[in-house]
Amino acid sequence: MKKILGSLTVLILLYACGSPESNTTAPSDSQTTATAANKSDYDPERGEGKFTHVEVSPTIDEAKATDGEKVYTAKCSSCHKTTDEKLVGPGWKGVTNRFKAEWIMNFATNPDPMIDKDPKIQAQLEICLVRMPNQNISDEDARNVYEFMRKNDAKK
Amino acid sequence: MKKLRLIKIGFSTFLLLALFGSCKPKNSSNAVSADAAGKVYVAPGKYDEFYNFVSGGFSGQMSVYGLPSGRLLRVIPVFSVDPEKGYGYSEESKPMLNTSHGIIPWDDLHHVQLSRVGGEYDGKWAFGNANNTPRVARIDLTTFRTAEIIELPNSAGNHSSPFLTENTEYVVAGTRFSVPPDDKNGDVPINTYKENFKGTLSFISVAKEDGKMELAFQIEAPGFNFDLSRAGKGVSHGWFFFSTYNTEQANTLLEVNASQKDKDFILAVNWKKAEEYLKAGKGKKQKVRYAHNTYSDVTHTATSEIKTEVIVLDAKELKDLCYFIPCPKSPHGIDVSPTGEYFVGSGKLAATIPVFAYEKMMKAIKAKDFIGEFDGIPVLKYESVLYGEVKKPGLGPLHTEFDNKGNAYTSFFVSSEIVKWNIKDLKILDRVPTYYSVGHLTVAGGDTKTPNGKYLVAYNKITKDRYLPTGPELTQSAQLYDISGDKMQMILDFPTIGEPHYAQIAPADLIKKNSLKFFKLEDNKHKYAAKGESTTKVVRQGKEVHVYMTSIRSHFSPDNIEGVKIGDDVYFHVTNLEQDWDVPHGFGIKGAATAELLIMPGETQTLKWTPNKVGIVPIYCTDFCSALHQEMQGYVRVSPAGSNVPLTYSLGTNMPKADGKK
Repeated sequence: MKKILGSLTVLILLYACGSPESNTTAPSDSQTTATAANKSDYDPERGEGKFTHVEVSPTIDEAKATDGEKVYTAKCSSCHKTTDEKLVGPGWKGVTNRFKAEWIMNFATNPDPMIDKDPKIQAQLEICLVRMPNQNISDEDARNVYEFMRKNDAKK
Repeated sequence: MKKLRLIKIGFSTFLLLALFGSCKPKNSSNAVSADAAGKVYVAPGKYDEFYNFVSGGFSGQMSVYGLPSGRLLRVIPVFSVDPEKGYGYSEESKPMLNTSHGIIPWDDLHHVQLSRVGGEYDGKWAFGNANNTPRVARIDLTTFRTAEIIELPNSAGNHSSPFLTENTEYVVAGTRFSVPPDDKNGDVPINTYKENFKGTLSFISVAKEDGKMELAFQIEAPGFNFDLSRAGKGVSHGWFFFSTYNTEQANTLLEVNASQKDKDFILAVNWKKAEEYLKAGKGKKQKVRYAHNTYSDVTHTATSEIKTEVIVLDAKELKDLCYFIPCPKSPHGIDVSPTGEYFVGSGKLAATIPVFAYEKMMKAIKAKDFIGEFDGIPVLKYESVLYGEVKKPGLGPLHTEFDNKGNAYTSFFVSSEIVKWNIKDLKILDRVPTYYSVGHLTVAGGDTKTPNGKYLVAYNKITKDRYLPTGPELTQSAQLYDISGDKMQMILDFPTIGEPHYAQIAPADLIKKNSLKFFKLEDNKHKYAAKGESTTKVVRQGKEVHVYMTSIRSHFSPDNIEGVKIGDDVYFHVTNLEQDWDVPHGFGIKGAATAELLIMPGETQTLKWTPNKVGIVPIYCTDFCSALHQEMQGYVRVSPAGSNVPLTYSLGTNMPKADGKK
């Protein structure tokens, strides 16, 4: 009897109160994407982003490098030195030898998904503890910064 | 044993009944039905369906809530300083609070209206009024910040504001207190009210593209108290309606002396006609002084300009400009139906709600159906303009809003309820209690041509026992009602800041897509911006020290400064180099008599600091920005006046010791 009454109580409770249901829609733009789901098709050579192939000439494009230095000064230099010394993030010396142009430009323009997926970036995050901010660098700026990096690496 | 079992059964039955009962409405103090929770529940991480822009009353600010959840999303500083955001304390924002009286740190924001085109919200701006030192503010809905504030001359207490015409051609402001005009000697006996005091109505034009306000003209009207106002729309576009009280023109104990007459007036203003008179040069130029303040998102700086002239149209001399409509009794709200055909006067001391018809008003004007004149302005016959009266609606009607089904909703302060009635047949359809003493109410889109008609919010004047007590001062409150069905249903209480008066509810989709995420560093034209750490520096100009500083996760540049002396004024111009959403940096310095700075990505803000003690003074980031936020700090060395310590600054290098010792 006690049992019946007990389950009856539960039933009525459920019936009377129902469960609240939300009828609102999900936010349309979400910055962070699931980490594990797409990890398998992540290309650690190219990174993730819109750059699949970047034309790089054997010689340095001075005009591009000069524009790239301006972007570096305003948006990157607070955290990255042009030497191999770590500031907030790693120093840039030799970065173009360690990574492909596509990887660098994808990371510069699309940092958050790559921080979540790239094993090298995740190892670096354990050292720096600061996620590289999205500095909203345009495609052209990214290309110019890459040229500035090449010029920096060409220096002896 | 048997007895025990019986008790058990009895107890279970009692429990069951009690539980069952708990989900049902019990009495008037708990008039909430079981599905209310589901209706207002917005799951974690989900967005609300509507923005609710709410006046902050005596806080002087505007608050933004999400509906139906009632979650507070933001408090926008408008007329009062806000040390949390540096508003009124940063060098850039100080000019926003400038007036002809100098900088005023507080005001009383009563009403909010959203900009509109064709009688529909366009999602661009929100306007707010300053009820104490008369001003109108425009808030930019891409940044949710105050973009412009204009002061009103010839006014004292801007209450019937900031109401807008249907295409935001004008935002109006009617003076609550009549006063002698600014260009007259105001040093007169108060009991010369009838001769010397005037009521002024201001029409501020709003530029289509950038929203820039200009005081286009003022109308000088008789010395009454102007209370609220609304623009005609649709058929009545071109007219503006103002409620008035104290047509007795009393100057003391208004509680009694302004409640003598059975009817006061609604003033109908033909603003299209005013434009014609203005064009024809019928306005008189008057010497005045008022401040006009604008904030630039490019220089990240406000500028304040004192203006010295206004054009005034005289309601007495210029025919067909103004008409009085008698309205019982001390009307407070004056509200125009979605089609613009009807306007409702809520006589706060009256026993009926009069509903006027625009068409009948036009007929009466044409037929010169006047019962006389007041101060040169024709008074129309009440019965000739009246469409009908809502009989015995309740006690103390204040404001009316509308839904999309031809119904009106009127708030009743004294009887503490909202009454739903039909505009056509004026029959009362439903009434619900409010807790307690409702003032304003708002329906989603309720002042547009196409109200949404889903939600109504009541803004109450008294909270009493609705929340956990917090000493003598209690939170103010809003109550959300579902009005989609035949019966209004209360579904939520939520506390508000300051005292909420009028508010607006707009669909989230209209506004959220335009929300700015950060300021572009490239576009920053601030005079003292440091765009990159290599441009940071410290410069002395006599007794002024200017620090061109940057912040990025997780350091300031420079973070060591020496050579500041007692007697100096130090200006920290901090540029936030971040270029991503939701990464503000803060800046605080020990002993600052101002406030903190809260600097949005790409923005430059300046804190003035006048050191008054010799020693080492810390600076730090106040907004938790990263894992190394606690490391985001620095030092300023303050030396005595006349000290020889050179001005130096650095980041990342410990300077060699000045005495040469290692």
